Amino acid sequence: MFGTYLRRELFNRRKQTIIISIGMALAIALVIVVNSVSAGVQSAQAAVLQSVYGVGTDISISEAAAAPTAGATPGQFAFGSGSGAASGGTTTLNQSRLETSRTVTAFDATQLDTVTATSGVSAATGTLALTNSTFSGQLPTQSGGTAGGTGGAPGSDTSQTPPTGGADGAGGSSFDVNSFTVLGLDPASVSVGPLSAVTLSDGRSLTATDAGTNVAVLDSSYATSASLATGGTIDIGGTTFTIVGLVASSGADSTTASNVYIPLDVAQTLSGNAGKLTNIFVTAASASDVDSLAATLKTALPTATVSTEADLASSVSGSLSTASSLVSNLGTWLSLIVLAAAFLIAVLFTISGVTRRTREFGTLKAIGWSNRRIVGQVAGESVIQGLIGGVIGIVVGLVGVLIVNLVAPTLSGSATSAAATGAGAGPGGGRGFGAAASAAVETTVTLQAPVTLAVIGLAVLLAVLGGLIAGSIGGWRASRLRPAEALRSVA
Amino acid sequence: MYELNAVTKTYNATKRKVTALNAVSLSIPDGQMVAIQGPTGGGKSTLLQMLGALDRPTSGEVTLGDSSISSLADNRLAELRARKIGFVFQSFNLIPTLTAQENVETALAPLGLKADERRRRAQDALASVGLADRGTHLPAELSGGQQQRVAIARALVKDPEVLLADEPTGALDEATRDEIMDLLETFWRDKGLTLIIVTHDSAVARRAERRLYIKAGAVSEGALVS
Repeated sequence: MFGTYLRRELFNRRKQTIIISIGMALAIALVIVVNSVSAGVQSAQAAVLQSVYGVGTDISISEAAAAPTAGATPGQFAFGSGSGAASGGTTTLNQSRLETSRTVTAFDATQLDTVTATSGVSAATGTLALTNSTFSGQLPTQSGGTAGGTGGAPGSDTSQTPPTGGADGAGGSSFDVNSFTVLGLDPASVSVGPLSAVTLSDGRSLTATDAGTNVAVLDSSYATSASLATGGTIDIGGTTFTIVGLVASSGADSTTASNVYIPLDVAQTLSGNAGKLTNIFVTAASASDVDSLAATLKTALPTATVSTEADLASSVSGSLSTASSLVSNLGTWLSLIVLAAAFLIAVLFTISGVTRRTREFGTLKAIGWSNRRIVGQVAGESVIQGLIGGVIGIVVGLVGVLIVNLVAPTLSGSATSAAATGAGAGPGGGRGFGAAASAAVETTVTLQAPVTLAVIGLAVLLAVLGGLIAGSIGGWRASRLRPAEALRSVA
Repeated sequence: MYELNAVTKTYNATKRKVTALNAVSLSIPDGQMVAIQGPTGGGKSTLLQMLGALDRPTSGEVTLGDSSISSLADNRLAELRARKIGFVFQSFNLIPTLTAQENVETALAPLGLKADERRRRAQDALASVGLADRGTHLPAELSGGQQQRVAIARALVKDPEVLLADEPTGALDEATRDEIMDLLETFWRDKGLTLIIVTHDSAVARRAERRLYIKAGAVSEGALVS
């Protein structure tokens, strides 16, 4: 009887069934789309972060540079103008310096041992982020003027013709300043850290046997812009390195964490940072313990900046960030509002239905139907209406997700490179003279909204929940009808 | 057998109490056909609700057989209605979305019968009121007389001890009224029912063995017809 009555009610009161189902379907479709797009955006954020911090990196450790003290002399780029070869009134210079970025502090490599020994750490590796600055060109030879002093001021010795031309157009100099980022990493442990997220586009990656040798792997975008290729050489800190391979980010039109990758021990020696690191990348043994592990590491390394992937996600900017905030703010609120409206519609229509069916329920009570049977009937109708809405909503939601995936909007995101500035250190290291050459890594990702069984399950759950809420309230109203009053009110 | 002992029913109206039944004491033996008459607002329907276990008296006691309607819990009252009491209403009160057959089956739903048994008994009941070929029709597809026949089949399909009819012919023309009354009278005689009819129609009341008049909540006996 329950099934027959339910079927007849839903079919013969089609208008109410359709309105409630459509309301529920709209809400559930929106929940599915928002959830899927949200998962897609999170996945895109992870892709951006992986291009910087590497696959499987849960925690990144760095140490921010100390703030300059009052009265301290600002750092200057000393390019050794006195060490060039003087000829014909000009001094030819070709200086290359390899040093750590001013925004990070190199710390003792023993901290890596502390991290590795910490319970809950699955793997860890240390890197040394450096900037190579090259000054090459010609400067007017300083005569040391007998009367004019130093500094190129006009002197008494006028026998020499002041050099003319040059890059500055007036000072007689002609030089070029170049800088690129260099990341020293343990060639035996590239499965963790920045090099774990890249794809090899040419040659080979660094291997354990490269330790102590002058070999380099280049970011393919940088190699293209600098006209370098596998098999060629590159000058780093005045030392010639053989280029053994090129790597690229997994995202399209993107760069990797650094321009050049070399063995850690070589980087330490060349930059005068023996036994030093600037970053440690950590993989946690359990994804659920990342936060507690970060807290433990923070305690063990009080001067370090310990950042989890969640902390790093906030550093992603660009249209990806806009999409993320759009989904998390507008999408979530819209879903909640539509869901609440759908539930409200279902409740109001059910109550209205119960009121309209007062005589019907009064009659059923008069012929012996118990309250429980009537409540069950009303609740059953509401749950089925919710489920119909749920099924339609799942179909509409899947179509919506399919459309998103077919359109496949591209989102660009950039994250501050830990290799250049230290994780979570914020902006810094602008391009230019004496600063980190590339602080932010730009990645373009195609948004793909995944549909999981959990999302479908959530949709079904919401549909049942909406039906149960409406049915419970409607059933409660029906159960409160006293048969005599129900029949009398109709009369 | 019904026993009413000093039954009073009052309702709280907006500004005053309304006494619908005033210390009514009454016995109705099993198998009797009783007509209840009286002016509008005199307490006819309230008395029928007390007899039908749809409501409890404010004071006094109503018993049907060995069941005290005054003191039974709601679920027990529902069970009593499901097994022993059949109702027929003036406006038929059929479920508009269910077919005639399904409407009759609603009376069997609380009895926990199997679907086959329920279907067979409903078909038999419809056949007994002359509507064997109307089982699949919705109420809106039936005439008033046919709808009341379906309502009678619904009331009788569970073989009740008592049939309570509230103005069963009030919405029908004279010819149909007589058909319905003939039907009710036949069932009363054949099944040994206690048949209690509330009516304004003296032609209907004259068919009853016993006539009760109720006015201002007080019941008085009319002529007992042999």
